[in-house]
Amino acid sequence: MSSTLDVPLGWARWRRSWWYHATYYAQTWRGSVASTVLFPIFYLASLGVGVGHLVSAHTGLVQGQTYLHFIAPSLLATTTMQLGEGESLWPVLAAVKWIRSYHAAAATPLEPEDILTGKLAWVVTRAFATGIVYTIVIGSFGALQSWWALTLPFLGALITLAFSAPLVAFAARSQSDGPFTAIYRFAFVPMFLFSATFYPVSAYPGYLRPFVQFVPLYHGVALARAAAFGEGSWGAVTLHLLFLVAMAVAGIAWGRRTMRHRLVD
Amino acid sequence: MIGPILEARELVKRFGELEAVKGVSFTIERGESFGFLGPNGAGKTSTMRMISAVSRPSSGSLTILGLDPSTHGPEIRGRIGVVPQEDTLELELSVRQNLEMFGRYFDLPHAILRERASELLEFAQLSERANDKVDDLSGGMKRRLTIARALINRPELLILDEPTTGLDPQARHLLWERLYRLKREGVTQIITTHYMDEAEQLCDRLVVMDHGSIVAEGPPRELIARHSTREVVELRFGTDSHEELHDRLAPFAQRIEVLPDRILLYVDEGDDTLREIHEVGIVPMSALVRRSSLEDVFLRLTGRTLVD
Amino acid sequence: MLARTLPRFGSRRSLHIFERNFMVYRSQWLMLVSGFFEPLFYLLSIGIGLNHLVGNLHFDGRVVSYATFVAPGMLATSAMNGAVIDSIFNTFFRLKISHAYDAVLSTPLDVIDVALGEVWWALARATAYAASFIVCMVALGDSGSVWVVLCWPAAILTSLTFSCVGLAACTYIRSWQDFDLVALAQLPLFLFSATFFPISLYPAWLGAIVSFSPLYQSAALLRGVALGQFEWIMIMRVAYLLALALVALALATRRFRRILVP
Repeated sequence: MSSTLDVPLGWARWRRSWWYHATYYAQTWRGSVASTVLFPIFYLASLGVGVGHLVSAHTGLVQGQTYLHFIAPSLLATTTMQLGEGESLWPVLAAVKWIRSYHAAAATPLEPEDILTGKLAWVVTRAFATGIVYTIVIGSFGALQSWWALTLPFLGALITLAFSAPLVAFAARSQSDGPFTAIYRFAFVPMFLFSATFYPVSAYPGYLRPFVQFVPLYHGVALARAAAFGEGSWGAVTLHLLFLVAMAVAGIAWGRRTMRHRLVD
Repeated sequence: MIGPILEARELVKRFGELEAVKGVSFTIERGESFGFLGPNGAGKTSTMRMISAVSRPSSGSLTILGLDPSTHGPEIRGRIGVVPQEDTLELELSVRQNLEMFGRYFDLPHAILRERASELLEFAQLSERANDKVDDLSGGMKRRLTIARALINRPELLILDEPTTGLDPQARHLLWERLYRLKREGVTQIITTHYMDEAEQLCDRLVVMDHGSIVAEGPPRELIARHSTREVVELRFGTDSHEELHDRLAPFAQRIEVLPDRILLYVDEGDDTLREIHEVGIVPMSALVRRSSLEDVFLRLTGRTLVD
Repeated sequence: MLARTLPRFGSRRSLHIFERNFMVYRSQWLMLVSGFFEPLFYLLSIGIGLNHLVGNLHFDGRVVSYATFVAPGMLATSAMNGAVIDSIFNTFFRLKISHAYDAVLSTPLDVIDVALGEVWWALARATAYAASFIVCMVALGDSGSVWVVLCWPAAILTSLTFSCVGLAACTYIRSWQDFDLVALAQLPLFLFSATFFPISLYPAWLGAIVSFSPLYQSAALLRGVALGQFEWIMIMRVAYLLALALVALALATRRFRRILVP
């Protein structure tokens, strides 16, 4: 084999894993496209318009925004988190245990790290596409007030990666899906509800507020709001970004180890 | 009980346009091991599902244990055991739990089930694995457990659909040995298979099925005597010009079959025939003389091989 | 079909399916226990945050806190979701993936026993979950009156309806991808069945459409019971949920038979 082929092989290899995941998704996209477009519309119509009506009658504006506008960006954050979760636990366990499609891939020139990179790259691709749809829906409800809103799809991709990477790593070392339901119910449901998603942090009692800082989704919600409304200090935004990037980097590092351990060792 | 354990007259099973079973009739006596031999898609499994009182015949009459399955389904199923083609075990439960849970479906009390489960674990050589999850068992163990499970209600009739498909030779022989033992204990067995050696080993009597119909019926040796010669010479030439060879070899055999990879000569004395064709200068790459088997009967009756 | 289904509702054979599920899930107790927490989180979240933003509502001539208004709707939703997970997700797995029922049908059990057994199981779980939900409601001060105890049977009725509907729906599912469609049906039910705001907020014609939603009927029933406001229309709501359950069960049994015993 000529050495000219060896140089781009790293990219060429994980690209194949990306392509595999994309092809797999192509068989099944219809239902998920419908839900990607309809879910935010449903949520904003019910909670934003319906509950928003009640909120404006009693409270008026929430942090200077109507309730509809206030919750719209956090919807992008929660959805991209759920995307990272849904794509990472059961599908990965299926691929390393039940169907063993990752074992099949590892028998080709692909290294475990390539499979991981391809998988995460695919999830990020989907998150970005979802982010675009959500940005458009949120915009059409009038909730975007700054050019920074154009960064929303990128923020969505980052949020997904921050959750997906550690979850893929965890799923790759799991023997059964028993703990997954517990993770979903004890980590993701509370995070969805308690990340200042549906009301401002100020609603929490004073002693609880500092703890919200440690909830990963809170940083995603804060970033999405900052981008949509063009508000928030640089310092705070940098902190939120760093938190999510750190999760993603740690998750990838862990995933490279668990994936190699599961597929090769 | 007087009369046969199972009697089928002109059984038909249709799925929409497709007629999977086209009017088969057979009678099975108590204590007998009865086989259904045929390739995949011959209608064996559809027949099995009807005679295990699960699916209803589209037409024809069926009597199992002297009862009509359309009115006495639960009663019949309570007295037979079924080993399906797929294992369908409860993967989340332990080996012992699988047996006990299944027994509960027959309304058997827990105390009796504990006892029977222990006996059956012994019988299936799974006592040491009693508390392991089924998910962790090998294919052969799962198959033995499925058979043990079918025995939990002490059935008078045991129906086995492809009992050894996918097992390695050692696991197959162990299973056969267990089935002999059950036969000695008087359990009537109905077995489907597409392995002729299995059919010859296990069945007192069998029917050959093809395209939803029965094409022959009788004890294995009798079927072979009726439809084939005593011996078969298998010749391989490593060439594709089988047509020309066919004409040259035909005079030496009572019947000749040309397969893609070999030529079969049906004769009474294989060694004599082999010598004769050597004498006229036909030299095969390899030659084998063997006794006729059910495979040959099947080839004769349907023009096709059983496996592949 | 109904006449053939109903007499078996208490048959011993269908109880064996219940026994089987109990045995299988015993090893997954964490999953069962965790189910108790989900509604608690929802109630807490609403109690902490939205309750302040929305304040008190004028509902049917009474002033109630938002949390008190929403809690019965959440109970109805939780009954629906639990039933859907049990009767669509888990039953689909056993019906079409693991073929667990195929083995069962070679025993004296019949297709009807299998379908009813699953309903029994879903109801048993729902009974436990609903009880814990009501305890949470009372503990968090979201109960409108002492009549809240009657939410228990009403929530169980809700579970019965959605279990039967789910069981019927489950037989139409071809692969895992179709669960996107299930979610697509479930979410609008959850969001628009007057669970989060009174039905009077809708224009009249839209309100009329919403009143066909079984989740709306259940939420309205539960809310009326919780607040101790008994009206004749509640009998209609109960009848609607019961009728839907029976029709769905008859359909489910027919579809089960077609799939399992072709």
